[in-house]
Amino acid sequence: MSAETNAADFVPVFLMFLVALGFVGTTMLVTHWLGPKRITEIKSDTFECGIDVQGNARIHFSIKYFLVAILFVLFDVEVIFMYPWAVNFKELGATGMWEMFTFMGIFLIGFVYILRKDALKWE
Amino acid sequence: MAIIESRPNYNLGKAPEGLEGAGFFATSLEKAVGMARKNSIWPLPFATSCCGIEFMATMGAHYDLGRFGSERLSFSPRQADLLMVMGTIAKKMGPVLRQVYEQMAEPKWVLSMGACASSGGVFDTYSVLQGIDRIIPVDVYIPGCPPRPEQVIDGILSIQKLVEKESFRRRYSPEYKAMLAKYGME
Repeated sequence: MSAETNAADFVPVFLMFLVALGFVGTTMLVTHWLGPKRITEIKSDTFECGIDVQGNARIHFSIKYFLVAILFVLFDVEVIFMYPWAVNFKELGATGMWEMFTFMGIFLIGFVYILRKDALKWE
Repeated sequence: MAIIESRPNYNLGKAPEGLEGAGFFATSLEKAVGMARKNSIWPLPFATSCCGIEFMATMGAHYDLGRFGSERLSFSPRQADLLMVMGTIAKKMGPVLRQVYEQMAEPKWVLSMGACASSGGVFDTYSVLQGIDRIIPVDVYIPGCPPRPEQVIDGILSIQKLVEKESFRRRYSPEYKAMLAKYGME
């Protein structure tokens, strides 16, 4: 078996991609063409397990929820990193401690920034 | 070394009637589609009572409806082929059942399982619908209170016979439209 390859060797792979794409396209077209259709108002309505639709899905809600949730995730992950660090505290030694302090320092800067921007003020 | 005989322990769908020769097989498109539809019915379980429990047994390992190509349950009517109504349908549930049926995509079939769904059963009272065929068309009825899983499988096989013979034109036919009109549907 020779180690040399050229572009022509990849023609089967290219053909396989074509066949895969063609299969998906053809199946989707044929099912639309073969299947019977009856479009009514009730059928086009939103499916709510057979119960009448109430209200609209596009409602306003406060951006505060999103902001608090994202900030929570951020600091939550920080705490997760501290668990393995605490378990291996002795093995990691002084280097590990300073590394963690740097990591937490960066986060503290972020925390101060959040406080200064009033992101945690609910009202 | 022992010789391992490899024999498939599953059933392949039987090919429809057609012209057969060396290296080719030809049949009508309707028959081929019928065979494909028959062996891949997606049921929508509308289970309200004890018949639903029997249906769970039917889906379980002992009876295994997957052997008949129906292991994929659809909990949205959009992808379902078969509406399986299993259990007592109260009159307040009627409009819900009707809407679920109307939101199913064509072609669709309905299987009424057990005495309650088929006729109201022992609940001959003011609050219970005396058979779901008063609000939606039904293709196959399964008797019993509740029916055994074997009977459910028999019902599914009856549905499969209907699905196999379904013609492309049926859902556009005036008879079908008249039948839907009787139920006040478009």
